[in-house]
Amino acid sequence: MTAHTLVAYVEDKPGVLNRVASLFRRRTFNIESLTVGHTEQPGVSRMTIVVDTDEFGARRAEANLYKLVNVLRVDDVTTQAAVMRDLALIKVSASAATRSEILQLTDVFRARTVDVTNDSLIIEITGTEDKIEGLIEVLRPFGIIEMVRTGIVAMGRGSKSVSPNPPLVAAQVMEVAGATAN
Amino acid sequence: MKRTGAQIIWECLIKEGVEVVFGYPGGTILPAYDAMLDYPSVHHVLVRHEQGGTHMADGYARASGKVGVAFATSGPGATNMVTGIATAMMDSSPIVCITGQVGSSLVGLDAFQETDVTGVTLPITKHNYLVTRVEDIARTIREGFYIAKSGRPGPVLIDITKDAQQLSCDFDWDSAAPRLPGYRPDLRALPSEYQNALSLINSAKRPVILAGHGVLQSGAMQVLKDFAEKAQIPVAMTLLGIGGLPANHPLNLGMMGMHGEAWVNHAIQQADLLLAFGMRFDDRVTGNVKTYAPKAKKIHIEIDPSELNKVIKADVALVGDLREVLEEVLPLVAVGDREEWIDHINEMKGDSAVRDIQNLPDTGHLYAAHVINDLWRYTEGEALICTDVGQHQMWTAQYYKHNKPFKLITSGGLGTMGFGLPSAIGAKFAKPNAEVWAISGDGGFQMTAAELSTAAQENIKVNVAIINNGYLGMVRQWQEFFYDKRYAATPMKSPDFVKLAEAHGLTGIRVTERSQVESAIRQAQQTKGTVVIDFRVEKEDSVYPMVPAGADLHNMIRRPMPKKPLNETLKHEEEMEFAK
Ligand SMILES: Cc1ncc(C[n+]2csc(CCOP(=O)(O)OP(=O)(O)O)c2C)c(N)n1
Ligand SMILES: [Mg+2]
Repeated sequence: MTAHTLVAYVEDKPGVLNRVASLFRRRTFNIESLTVGHTEQPGVSRMTIVVDTDEFGARRAEANLYKLVNVLRVDDVTTQAAVMRDLALIKVSASAATRSEILQLTDVFRARTVDVTNDSLIIEITGTEDKIEGLIEVLRPFGIIEMVRTGIVAMGRGSKSVSPNPPLVAAQVMEVAGATAN
Repeated sequence: MKRTGAQIIWECLIKEGVEVVFGYPGGTILPAYDAMLDYPSVHHVLVRHEQGGTHMADGYARASGKVGVAFATSGPGATNMVTGIATAMMDSSPIVCITGQVGSSLVGLDAFQETDVTGVTLPITKHNYLVTRVEDIARTIREGFYIAKSGRPGPVLIDITKDAQQLSCDFDWDSAAPRLPGYRPDLRALPSEYQNALSLINSAKRPVILAGHGVLQSGAMQVLKDFAEKAQIPVAMTLLGIGGLPANHPLNLGMMGMHGEAWVNHAIQQADLLLAFGMRFDDRVTGNVKTYAPKAKKIHIEIDPSELNKVIKADVALVGDLREVLEEVLPLVAVGDREEWIDHINEMKGDSAVRDIQNLPDTGHLYAAHVINDLWRYTEGEALICTDVGQHQMWTAQYYKHNKPFKLITSGGLGTMGFGLPSAIGAKFAKPNAEVWAISGDGGFQMTAAELSTAAQENIKVNVAIINNGYLGMVRQWQEFFYDKRYAATPMKSPDFVKLAEAHGLTGIRVTERSQVESAIRQAQQTKGTVVIDFRVEKEDSVYPMVPAGADLHNMIRRPMPKKPLNETLKHEEEMEFAK
């Protein structure tokens, strides 16, 4: 099992998020994160779905997503050159004695301090999951009071644009080298 | 022109070619029902339970190839449809269910008879809609019909709020064309991919075609026959594929799977190539997937890409409408000569024929298999058969041989008891001139027996053969084989079915002996209205062969060899043997 990152373009209609979530649930996939937001195109939303599954499962998820009438296009960006970003807000205990050490660490991770009180800091960090995990690890000894993460958003690198309407070919057949279903 | 939402519903149904709808009224669908009186070209059948309505729409769809339509009110009316919708979903049957919903200002407030039916049916519809604006009704219905019948067909539910039915707007059919940018029912494999399939086919020594529901749904019957004949490849049928190739065709092996013919399952296990045509490797077909057709390469042709490599990894997977793909492949496939393989399969039939209940000495007992075989004989194999679910269903699949397509209607994927009678009523509306028989168990018949009243009110003739064994027979059989004959909750007492028919003003006949079977069938055929025949069959008979759930496909429990007269043999379960 590895994490697969799927980007789905969907019609911006009521209930579409529910349809996607229901699909992953009933086909017994485990969603690690799911984000939804607008795109440059009115009426089209974009979901980034990180799902814990093997290559075979990822193809199955993709094919099933395509069966949803409101889904326009699905890309698996797991192995593509893509920028993947997660954003976290971390509220950490900070006394006069520890504050400067925390701020130094924040600097090293190129994170930002967005709120300061006498006994706490809120740190904002954007980056890959690894980078965020790294910061969390070094902050943990100081006492993490609260944390929230957005989940991953992803975008392919390069100037070529992606149309939400893929060509009508058999590209969606699940072809997995070496995978056996039976 | 201005129309109310309720009127738009009927205008759209007429434009879609709908002639009959199966429904049940209630508060939130009242506007649509009121408008219905002004559209007499659509016949409304008042069902007795909304589940029956959905099965009728399903039976209508399967018999006609058109979209079946069912109506219900919100809340309990809509939830009663759930079983019928799930049944249609599993068997890819095109139905459109229209439900009333509480007024749009009340949605989400737990209003009287409010159920989130689009939420409830989300996983069991191909697509569904909640319509809250009158302006959206026409387009939604057009989209709904299009989605239901195109690609891999399936059920669509359209939930329309009461106020949307009451309000008015301009109705213009042409400007309400579907807008479905994400819907791709017409995916096609690239012709370059055919080459891989062709080289596998042309070099195969022991190929078997697995013909599924897709053969019928894409209308591939003729091209399948031409293909099988040209390449000389024997054809095994799934339950829903029955009729895709005439039963009397020399290359038609018969049914595969849990209760398939022994030689068919053995042929699949020994094959070096499987050609899966419009089927989806259900677990009732494969048995244990780890040991399934171990020596075979697989070519899978399917319209739904998500079925490819889902259960069985295909060596060549081709997306597309089966008929279109086969028509393109047929001219390219080499003329085959597979006499040795076909002879080998025929040899494997020998021992099955000895075990076949039809070939055992007649002991005077009434066996279900005999009843169904006789029914086949006296209807000349031409009847449109709708079954319920259980032992009688499997015996029907085994002993009612169909030479024509669309003549067997049965709940395969969901296995829905109660499907038989209502689907037969729906099928009769689709094919008024057909001789329609429902074959039901004593258990399943009682699940939707109230639809007898619908048949009576509609003056519609279907014949109902109740295979009455006094048990939930299929479950009893599992208890016999796998639970040490502990018959928990399977003995069933039933009402007097003859009197029940008579109470509806219909004809009831009881049959207790083999000698009465023919005359009862003849009487049913000659009687004007719906007839119910109560066939009191052997109580503890079992369906053979049987691949226990999850077992290897070749490990079948076989009908015991007739060492003693059959009636005694059947009672001696210790003689049950497992075929090698
Ligand atoms: C709605 C529903 N409930 C339960 C079952 C489980 N089930 C499968 S076959 C069967 C027995 C059917 O009995 P009957 O209708 O008498 O037919 P028989 O097997 O005796 O021919 C049952 C209970 C089912 N398939 N559908
Ligand atoms: Mg029974």
